[in-house]
Amino acid sequence: MLELLQSHWRIGALMALGAFILALVPFYSSSYVISIFIVLYANIALATAWAFFSGTTRYISLATAAFFGVGIYALAIFHVYVPVPLALLAAAIVGFLVALVVGLSTLRLRGVYFVVFTFGLTELIHQVLNWWEIKINKTVSRYIFTDVSNVSIYETLLAVALITIVGSWFVSKIRLGFALRAIGEDETVARHTGVNTTRVKVVCFALSASVMALVGAVLALRYSYIDATIAFNNTWSFQVLIAALLGGAGRAWGPAIGAIPLVLLSDFLAGTFPHHFGIALGLCFVVIVYFLPGGLTRLLERLYHAWWAEQTKVRTH
Amino acid sequence: MAGPGEILLSIRGLRKAFGGLVAVRDLSFDIPQGRIFGLIGPNGSGKTTVLNLVTAELTPDAGSILFRGKEMIGLQSFQVCRSGIARTFQLVRVLPHMTTRENVMLGRLFGCDPTSPGQAAHEADALIERVGLSRYAGMFGAQLTYIDQKRVELARALAMRPQLLLLDEWLAGLNPTELKIGIGLIRQIQAQGITIVMVEHVMEAIRALCDHVVVMNAGEKIAEGSSEAVLSDAKVMDAYLGADDAAA
Repeated sequence: MLELLQSHWRIGALMALGAFILALVPFYSSSYVISIFIVLYANIALATAWAFFSGTTRYISLATAAFFGVGIYALAIFHVYVPVPLALLAAAIVGFLVALVVGLSTLRLRGVYFVVFTFGLTELIHQVLNWWEIKINKTVSRYIFTDVSNVSIYETLLAVALITIVGSWFVSKIRLGFALRAIGEDETVARHTGVNTTRVKVVCFALSASVMALVGAVLALRYSYIDATIAFNNTWSFQVLIAALLGGAGRAWGPAIGAIPLVLLSDFLAGTFPHHFGIALGLCFVVIVYFLPGGLTRLLERLYHAWWAEQTKVRTH
Repeated sequence: MAGPGEILLSIRGLRKAFGGLVAVRDLSFDIPQGRIFGLIGPNGSGKTTVLNLVTAELTPDAGSILFRGKEMIGLQSFQVCRSGIARTFQLVRVLPHMTTRENVMLGRLFGCDPTSPGQAAHEADALIERVGLSRYAGMFGAQLTYIDQKRVELARALAMRPQLLLLDEWLAGLNPTELKIGIGLIRQIQAQGITIVMVEHVMEAIRALCDHVVVMNAGEKIAEGSSEAVLSDAKVMDAYLGADDAAA
């Protein structure tokens, strides 16, 4: 831990300065800008959390919307009984526990079976919750009334996004990070080198889900009305996956790099061509798969290495 | 820790069937500490299945596997590995997008005596040098040649600090020079006190290295003894060459 801090203090100091500047943004910006940043931070946190598990282990999950929705509902239920910060904490814990149960029963699935299962999971939780609300609670929706300002939501999501990125980077440097990568590369080898693959997968899946639930819960503070269809929207699952792949799921900061253009593009498209948003998102996906298999981070790294090689050549001649 | 000559691994009445095919049938043998033990037999005789049973990749239908007196059946692969048994694979398995150093570090990070990444990297470099791969420490697994991938696998297994090393056809596909180097490397590992089980087809290596050999055919043990004795056994020649050719 100390070694890591010593060797990366420059980047750490730069990030702290960046975080400080970003934390001041809402005090000098319009509500539109604050809204854009809120959506951006939410996407960054979700994409980073997704890549933390799926990018490393290659268990491609389409359950982001499921845990995001669980977070929204947890906040809607708990905020009535406890202060908002505790309700947020409860949402993260519920997300963790749901993922723990789901993970224990399904992480033996691999490849396309896991993808299909996670996709179905969102719909399953959606329908069960709908049934529960209608049959037991005799309602189809819930109301969220809090006095939390947009600035507080902004600061909270900024903190969640930063902690997720730093946490994900930190894990990549310790034994757990190696275990996750080894599972993604060859799970049989990981098992036979002493990695408790089941525990690593389940715990990391649950950690990733707890961030997703927390982000859902924080964003829920902006809604006054929710129902199961709003909470469990599959677009989140796909958008987060695209952001992570666009940025590069192999680096801790890759998904964040991917989320920025995607959120800005989404905002532009949704405002300008509201009916063609899905097509544009699909096109983005095709472009990434064909032209940027390693994501923007890999492209940036390659450009940097080419530039550096050029500089060295110039100096030696 | 068992002393030289004491039984390190004891297999009793081991059985494994896949549907109607009995891959291992009532197999029993003991492996003494500090020896190189050969497990040979024609293709499909059940040798790799035995290694998969010992490392808990497969669960036996019956029998017992005692390692240092402790029952291994019921444990998971990672627990078997942490108790001191490392292996290589018949079809070489390196992690393709990890460097040689990272591949080897993995064994040190999660094997018998786990350590921090910094320490693991340091020790991995020493092991990489020992198997002759220092020049390729920063190369990805997928970029290495087949032989070098085998060396990485061996270094990774050694990084786990095992007491028992299971080599599944590790010498297969080597040219004569590489074979000589490989045999020397296995001798060095034994000299370090590590007990070795070799599943192998290269008879030259079996003769040169193995103190004791078990021969399997169709899932059963058909001979056991010193390499010279079993390789001249009529039943073994039958199994390898077929009864007619063996008699000729």
